Amino acid sequence: MSRVRSVAVANLVPILFAVLCIGGIVSAHISLPLLANEILVRLGRNLFLVLSLIIPVVAGMGLNFGIVIGAMCGQIGLIIIENAGGQGVGALVSAMAISIPFSLLFGWLTGLLLNKAKGREMITGMILAFFANGIYQFAFLILAGPVIPLRNQAILLDSGVGLAVTIDLKGTGGILEHLLRPSFPFLGFKVAVPLASLLLITALCFGIRWYLRTKSGQDLRAVGQDMHVAEIAGHNVNRNRMRAILLSTVLGGIGHIIWLSSIGSINTYQSHEQVGPYAIAALLVGGATVVHATIWHAILGTLLFQTLFLIAPIAGQELLGSPQIGEFFREFVAYAVIGVTLALHAWKSRRG
Amino acid sequence: MMGLMERIGWTRGILAIFLVGLWFVTIVATDLDFSILFSDCLVRTGMNGILVLALVPAVRGGVGLNFGIPLGMICGLLGTIVFMDAGIRGPSGLFGSMVLGGAIGALAGWAYSRLLEAVKGQEMMVGIYVGFGAVAGASILWLVYPAQNQELVWPLGGEGLRNTLVLEGYFKQLLDRFWSFPIGSGFFPTGLLAFWLLLCLLVGLFLRTRVGLALSTAGANPRFAESSGINVRAMRSLGVILSTVLGAIGIVVFSQSYGFVQLYKAPLLMAFPTVAALLIGGATVRVAKISHVIVGTFLFQSVLTTSLPLVNDLIQQAEGGEAYANIPEIARLIISNGIILYALTRKERA
Repeated sequence: MSRVRSVAVANLVPILFAVLCIGGIVSAHISLPLLANEILVRLGRNLFLVLSLIIPVVAGMGLNFGIVIGAMCGQIGLIIIENAGGQGVGALVSAMAISIPFSLLFGWLTGLLLNKAKGREMITGMILAFFANGIYQFAFLILAGPVIPLRNQAILLDSGVGLAVTIDLKGTGGILEHLLRPSFPFLGFKVAVPLASLLLITALCFGIRWYLRTKSGQDLRAVGQDMHVAEIAGHNVNRNRMRAILLSTVLGGIGHIIWLSSIGSINTYQSHEQVGPYAIAALLVGGATVVHATIWHAILGTLLFQTLFLIAPIAGQELLGSPQIGEFFREFVAYAVIGVTLALHAWKSRRG
Repeated sequence: MMGLMERIGWTRGILAIFLVGLWFVTIVATDLDFSILFSDCLVRTGMNGILVLALVPAVRGGVGLNFGIPLGMICGLLGTIVFMDAGIRGPSGLFGSMVLGGAIGALAGWAYSRLLEAVKGQEMMVGIYVGFGAVAGASILWLVYPAQNQELVWPLGGEGLRNTLVLEGYFKQLLDRFWSFPIGSGFFPTGLLAFWLLLCLLVGLFLRTRVGLALSTAGANPRFAESSGINVRAMRSLGVILSTVLGAIGIVVFSQSYGFVQLYKAPLLMAFPTVAALLIGGATVRVAKISHVIVGTFLFQSVLTTSLPLVNDLIQQAEGGEAYANIPEIARLIISNGIILYALTRKERA
């Protein structure tokens, strides 16, 4: 009995969310095949991004709010490809390839800054994201056109200066989802599986698993457990932390490209901002903490969080007669889950 | 020159030079009426001043920059709505909103301080999420608030309170216009600035009392404070409560000057420019003085207030210049977040 209890306490957050989700599904009267369809699409869309957060947690840097920087680099890649008018799988892969050097450069700068802010990585990363957003807007609202040679009028504002507020991904939208899309019957309906995205995500899962078992990954773990001990044991702490941020930024960039491609358009000045909080909340809902995150946390968390995201407005409509309350509620939940997890962590680490 | 800059402080110095430069360009290169512009700078300063002041007790108490200040703002907004809904207008509406908002703020601040006590070391991060959570939670409250006053709700069967409530006829610019006198085509917001400076003075005096000194000691050196018999926990709580109460009063004054009460998402990101203003004044994560509040708010708000019409005017002069209308907003993002980053990463001399 006490074992059951301790397991329940340890997994309080995912259990709570599972209950919320099931309650929501029951009260929303939504058809299960429809739900399964939508959830599969959302898993393929979001999971890569959520997985990109794991490595910095292992390295002891907490939740990487700087993932927004990676997302911006991903957007840069897509914008360059859309400007050139690229199409198809090749274009999508090229966008990812283009994003990598940007991610490495800006990830390096992020790493430098975070190494100066040990113990305050999360808040620094968060403010850095706001700051970078200013630079991003300057580059794409003011410089794009006159200085940065983007010439495709389809993605520019009418004046020719600055990118349009939304960019339709004509060449790269929905590519991955439609690449391999087998469907199977479920309760009399057809449920389609975005197999290509899910295969890519599986590959990433194994990649992360493999990496964390290499020498380099073990070093990260050592630094994450105790910086001072690792330093004395001869690990270069700053270099290890830098490596974690670089990896996370590069993966974040690719993950954001997958996300945008699945949605089919870029909200030029907003898409990247939504990424950080929602991906982090998803990871935490799966039971991860500031110091401990695994691939399973990411998978379970994304599943639960996306289900709740989908269900909340519908359930709000059914239960309270107002979809808006449901929408505010899910936003509140995203903030609350991050806040509560941070608080729990700080509380535990003070007692422990 | 270097010595002088060191004495003034780099952030303050650079921004002061920048501001003078902006004013110079405004006078020389545009037809803008400088007296109106200057008057706007003063109004903006007074509008935001109390919110910036609200951060001081928290820094003094040792919890760092209070990013959870939107919690206080929500309390102030709630106070305002209760009084508007009751149809109470004029000074009694204004001060009633402040008192009620402040009282709710004291309660919320107490709860918030209990939370911060549990999360020592991560106060700022948790504070950000307390602020976000408060704004999202309050949005639900605004949706279901049982308002009787038809001016507050959406007409034609809409749901919940309106996004912006008009304060015309309630207490719009009551403080701004109190004892105000014209300067050029603009006006000097005597009442607004006097009220702000009065609160600054009160907080400054409070910090010199026995309790205030204990508060500062608890924040600066908790171990020493503990050993000299100061209740560190109570002092930190007091700092957070004061901060939240001042945040509530601050948003009421902000709204009366602006002429509108902004609900829902409006307070979500207001903590960041507020914190930036204090830091520009010369404060750090551990040190904040009343002079930092006054200098920082004036410099930061003046730069923002001046750059918007200035850029708009220059744009109209230049051909195809409309594309650059976003520059002030972008500059605000970069300056305010850059300054917070600087404060977070600088080495503190403990």
